[in-house]
Amino acid sequence: MDLRTTYMGIPLSSPIVVSACTLSEDVNNILRMEDAGAGAVVLFSLFEEQIQREYRQYERAVAATSNVFAEAADYFPDLDEFHVGTEQYLQLIRRAKARVEIPIIASLNATTTEGWMEYARQMVDAGADGLEINVFWIPADPRVSSAQVEQRYLDIIAAVKSHVDVPVAIKLNPYFSAMANMAQRMHKAGADALVLFNRFYQPDFDITKLQVLSDLQYSAPNEIRLPLLWIAILYGRVPVSLAATTGVQGANEVIKYLLAGADVVMTASSLYKYGIEHLQTITGDLMTWMRTMGFKSVDAFKGAMSQQHVSDPTAYERANYIKILEGVKG
Amino acid sequence: MSDKKQHIATIDGNEATAYTAYRINEVCAIYPITPSSNMAEWADEWAAKGIKNIWGTVPEVIEMQSEGGAAGTVHGALQTGSLTTTFTASQGLMLMLPNMYKIAGELTPAVFHVAARSLAAQGLSIFGDHQDVMAARTTGFALLSSAGVQEAHDFALIAQAASLESRIPFLHFFDGFRTSHEVNKIELLSDEQIRAMVPDELIFAHRKRAMNPDNPFIRGTAQNPDVYFQGRETVNPFYDKTPAIVGEVMKRFHALTGRKYGLFEYTGAPDAERVIILMGSGGETAAETALALSKAGEKTGVIQVRLFRPFSVEHFIRVMPATVRAIAVLDRTKEPGGAGEPLLQDIMTAYVQLLQKRVVDQLPIMVGGRYGLSSKEFTPAMVKAVFDELKKPQPKDHFTVGINDDVTFSSLDYDPSFTLDESRWTQALFFGLGADGTVGANKNSIKIIGENTDLYAQGYFVYDSKKSGARTVSHLRFGPDPIRAPYLLSQADFIACHQFNFTEKVEMLRYAKPGATFLLNSPYGKEEVWDKLPGSVQRDIIDKKLKFYVIDATSVARDTGMSSRINTIMQTCFFALAGVLPREQAIAEIKYAIEKTYFKKGRSVIEQNFKAVDVTLDHLYEVTVPNRVAGVGEITAVVPAEAPAFVQEVTAVMMAGHGDDLPVSKMPLDGTFPSGTTKWEKRNISDLVAVWEPDICIQCGNCAYVCPHSVIRAKFFHEDYLGEAPADFKSAFINARGFPETRYALQVYLEDCTGCELCVEACPVTDTKDRSRKAINMGQKEPILPQEQQNIAYFEQIPWNDRAEVNFSLVHGAQFLEPLFEFSGACAGCGETPYLKLLSQLFGDRLLIANATGCSSIYGGNLPTTPWTVNAQGKGPTWSNSLFEDNAEFGLGMRITADKQLAYARELLRQLSPQLGDELAQGLINAPQLVESDILEQRRRVTELRERLQYIDTPEARHLLSVADQLVRRSVWLVGGDGWAYDIGYGGLDHALASGRNVNVLVLDTEVYSNTGGQASKSTPTAATAKFAAAGKRVGKKDLAMQAISYGNVYVARVAFGANPQQTLLAMREAEAYDGPSLILAYSHCIAHGYDMKDGLNQQNKAVASGYWPLLRYNPALRKKNKNPFVLDSPRPTMPLRDYAYNELRYKMLTRSNPEEAEYLMQLAQELVDLRWKTYEDMAGQSAKAFAPVA
Repeated sequence: MDLRTTYMGIPLSSPIVVSACTLSEDVNNILRMEDAGAGAVVLFSLFEEQIQREYRQYERAVAATSNVFAEAADYFPDLDEFHVGTEQYLQLIRRAKARVEIPIIASLNATTTEGWMEYARQMVDAGADGLEINVFWIPADPRVSSAQVEQRYLDIIAAVKSHVDVPVAIKLNPYFSAMANMAQRMHKAGADALVLFNRFYQPDFDITKLQVLSDLQYSAPNEIRLPLLWIAILYGRVPVSLAATTGVQGANEVIKYLLAGADVVMTASSLYKYGIEHLQTITGDLMTWMRTMGFKSVDAFKGAMSQQHVSDPTAYERANYIKILEGVKG
Repeated sequence: MSDKKQHIATIDGNEATAYTAYRINEVCAIYPITPSSNMAEWADEWAAKGIKNIWGTVPEVIEMQSEGGAAGTVHGALQTGSLTTTFTASQGLMLMLPNMYKIAGELTPAVFHVAARSLAAQGLSIFGDHQDVMAARTTGFALLSSAGVQEAHDFALIAQAASLESRIPFLHFFDGFRTSHEVNKIELLSDEQIRAMVPDELIFAHRKRAMNPDNPFIRGTAQNPDVYFQGRETVNPFYDKTPAIVGEVMKRFHALTGRKYGLFEYTGAPDAERVIILMGSGGETAAETALALSKAGEKTGVIQVRLFRPFSVEHFIRVMPATVRAIAVLDRTKEPGGAGEPLLQDIMTAYVQLLQKRVVDQLPIMVGGRYGLSSKEFTPAMVKAVFDELKKPQPKDHFTVGINDDVTFSSLDYDPSFTLDESRWTQALFFGLGADGTVGANKNSIKIIGENTDLYAQGYFVYDSKKSGARTVSHLRFGPDPIRAPYLLSQADFIACHQFNFTEKVEMLRYAKPGATFLLNSPYGKEEVWDKLPGSVQRDIIDKKLKFYVIDATSVARDTGMSSRINTIMQTCFFALAGVLPREQAIAEIKYAIEKTYFKKGRSVIEQNFKAVDVTLDHLYEVTVPNRVAGVGEITAVVPAEAPAFVQEVTAVMMAGHGDDLPVSKMPLDGTFPSGTTKWEKRNISDLVAVWEPDICIQCGNCAYVCPHSVIRAKFFHEDYLGEAPADFKSAFINARGFPETRYALQVYLEDCTGCELCVEACPVTDTKDRSRKAINMGQKEPILPQEQQNIAYFEQIPWNDRAEVNFSLVHGAQFLEPLFEFSGACAGCGETPYLKLLSQLFGDRLLIANATGCSSIYGGNLPTTPWTVNAQGKGPTWSNSLFEDNAEFGLGMRITADKQLAYARELLRQLSPQLGDELAQGLINAPQLVESDILEQRRRVTELRERLQYIDTPEARHLLSVADQLVRRSVWLVGGDGWAYDIGYGGLDHALASGRNVNVLVLDTEVYSNTGGQASKSTPTAATAKFAAAGKRVGKKDLAMQAISYGNVYVARVAFGANPQQTLLAMREAEAYDGPSLILAYSHCIAHGYDMKDGLNQQNKAVASGYWPLLRYNPALRKKNKNPFVLDSPRPTMPLRDYAYNELRYKMLTRSNPEEAEYLMQLAQELVDLRWKTYEDMAGQSAKAFAPVA
């Protein structure tokens, strides 16, 4: 059974990839992911804001208390060793690269142009095989137009690409007015892959305490439909790799995404829920399905259900909607 | 040049000394004490980094529980053959004295490095003089004095070499702060030079003399009258040889380094008639002055004493000009009652010996003088005054210089305007706040100039005595030659004011040279600023023709993402204006320094700083100075007119920074100062202050309870009071049924608020319509200040609520008790002071406090103003600090007095009962005094007793009158930090608890030595880092509660006011009510934990919720009633330890430097938490019989 796939030019042994999550903070977990059959690992995201916030905390805690009082020039031992920059992340890349063979894709969320370029370069220098740009940004400012939002994505891609020589994926949100057009423009700006989709933080309210709740909900299988739709539409139309993420709990979702045209399928929620070794189960179930269906390789069915390949391409557009509604009526 | 550059360093005296000591020792046992702490910290840091000594091995550095412990360990390590050193000062050296006699008596080579400091006498002082080392002069140690940073670096080696050769231990000392903290450019010794000075065979000989079971002997015998004396005399030949050995070592050192020293060094006219003799940094000032005067034709000279002990008469007289007519011997110490101070006595003895041996044929005039105690400035002007005095036929003896002694008239007058030629230096003064990073930036500037150019640089930094809102003054000199000027600037070419409001408070420009540059951080631009300046400032600018520049550094910092850190911006302006370096080069050097400082903190941090530097000069403007004085008034009065006379005449002078001008007659005789002086010092250190919203307040009292500075106060009162209240006086109906006429007011003392935000965090109420609004919020002070000043004045007229009407047992009730601890200089958001405030509210009018040295003694008792105050009846806490190590014993002594004099008073009452009336006598003897009304009643009886005693003219009646106050039950509290309770004072604390006496111990547990800069104590928890535990603390925190519980009769509580204020209140009251020893361990969040203090309450909550800090009470009174005395007040842990710990830098640091170790230790720490919780839970479920019975 041939599970091999290629993701933005990088050959992978399996289309199942661990998406950016905190499990990858520990290099031992990355080792376990490899052993359980992950094709690659996208490391947790390095947030520039986090670095800056930590730096500000550090400043408040240290600088504001240093050289303030005659008896104590400072309060902490050897602060040189306290890195609030990227060093810890880079160290993780280095250690992961030294211990596993599967590709390591670093994930970056910066806020400044310098940040995007500088951190991307550092990650590549540390050995990252590829980068995933994670533009986790809610354009809440009413003065910012959709055109500006789009341009910002394109600028980031161009900036990062101009500084690194490894493939670069961009993790998107699903809220572009013209997703297909945007995908095309991102490709032209230099993106090697699109990761569909980012799940924005969506708050809930505690109605007794009148507080905003910030708990994180794991994605559920019924959330795969939106990415599934867009992967199926974009497959074959925009010459970039496609990665599916969101809602992957087992092999069923993986299969669906691959059928839609994804080059890789990413999961994190299922690993939190069932453990890293769940990757083995997914892989096993995928292979069983392939055997049952008579597919010898992933390539044999990748994109088989994409818009290009289904018998009725309009099924992905308005007609599909009418059909569903009629089904409900009936 | 490049080779030389490698060996150039711009460092302070402590680092310079530690650098050498570290390289030539194997073992270092220390205990932190100001101003020596940094020496040990450097050694510890280097050891932690694996830096090796000259023999290629990393020295072992151990922090002990006290200096006594350090000395013992040093002794043991020496006896077993290690090259061993220690660093200390002041009281620390006092604790080492017993061992020093042993070490010297056993002829053991070793060097103790001492940053010489005052001793606690009428008051403690952290500053420099020679009282400590002079107290050690009889130990048998050689005493070697260095006068500056380079010398401290060099003498550390000379002392070691001479000690190894002579077998006499050396005490190498330099002036605390003046040398220990002065940054200067020095040439570092190379390892080759060091090695050449310390021959291996001397080290082998030292090791050969060591205790060794393969070659056993007995050392340290008990000797009897028959032989002890002879044994004591065996050492004489070694002392006899030592001066010559030191001389030879200095010669060898000169050959290797080119730096020449002598046992005594003479500077001045070869035919000098007037000579000053002295030691330490003052020697540099005196020598430079003598030289300058002699060049002007005066016959003056100075002898700097390097080797004070053993004193070599022979070497001394060799350097003394034969022409000398009059000598002044200056001692930086005081020996009350002595015929003279130590150096004077030696010089006089020497001369008498020389006369007897006919080496000299007559005695010169010799007088002694004292100078520079507690880092009192010692300037060329004072030196000149001494030389001038020596011109007189009969110069004043036992004089003082530098003060105005109007009591015994010992002081010499001097002309402060006399200065040496300072034109060879660029002199710069910087006025800043501690928190704005001014000092850090200046240290950086000195390094930039010192290490990257051929210029020499010197920096010295003066801090005020507060921990929050502290002002700093940086004194910087730059010049082409080595800078030997260990005194503050009196004239500056460049003055920078980093805080605009200082223009109204600090007379900065009196230091400006004519034509100097004045740089002001100003929110007002070049056009508006002039009219915002006080007239006196304008006058100085005009009269002195100053070049005046402004920059709105605060805005530049904010706009470039630097938050409130203006230091880089002001530093850039300094380089641009001061002309020490070409502007381009200076900017490049600043950027290089930024890159070096922040290279591990990320590129964006570096870029952010670069950006700030780049835009700074665009915002720097020269002000065209108008020729008109039209200021906004003069520098404001220090204290209001209604302040008491002492505050007006003494305290206010200190507050204004003119304490040096106070004459002796203004000083209290015995160190006794009036209570409650912080109230006169409105420091206005925060622009953001707490603002109360009466409409949504539920009057819970939480904000007042947690306020570390007693800034928030509450009263309830009849609505009639509102009749005369200012229009905007805020109040609300009291939140209690049945009192429609009663109002509640919460008053914020805005000018004393530090802006810490703990009150906002503690407020449980949020406006349902605006979730960002609480019942207390932070707001801008400026717009509301005038109104609030009126409100405060009115609020103060409303009487405090009757204590008998207040429910003490609830947090809600405690807010109505008057705090008798207020407006201290503690850090903003301090986690200790709320406990002290509560203590003062609950028991303040009958409270005696023994306060161990540490943070609480500094914010509690550091001049000029102190926070312990009195109530309207003049009653309040009486407070004293003895030492660090003895506080439990000190407090126990207070208790014993109370017990003894109470017993005596009762005995006298019984005797005098017939005259006094039996009812009164019995009432006084048997008063229960359990609740506030009992105490009020007893106070009434004592008043009556005093009246009746007036009419009984017997000795017994007079004695009873003198002890009558003891009849009101006294509450004795022993207060201190964990450094005291867990380490240095532990033995005494243990004994006080075991005494069974009614003492109450409050341990303000910050889990490190907070006052001296975060050194580990035995309270430091597993997995946390601290100085001396940089690799993470591996040993568990001592469970002091369980140790105390093991006695059975000790009331014990562990509390955290931020997690459970009610339990804290309950524990304090139970402890006080218990007629026996009590121990309260109080969680105190601290800046040494490494997070924003406004989150202090959250962290307390998490400390409890994680099970790290289980709240408990152990009450022996319950055991007596056959109930389980152990009450666990915390719920079961609801979060893992790491969720609490990793919010704090002290824990987080290890995750960065050593993630695996951090994880390992965190798991270990979690296990400890789990285990302890289980133990406590088991105990809480036991029957009374499981615990020790109480007698």
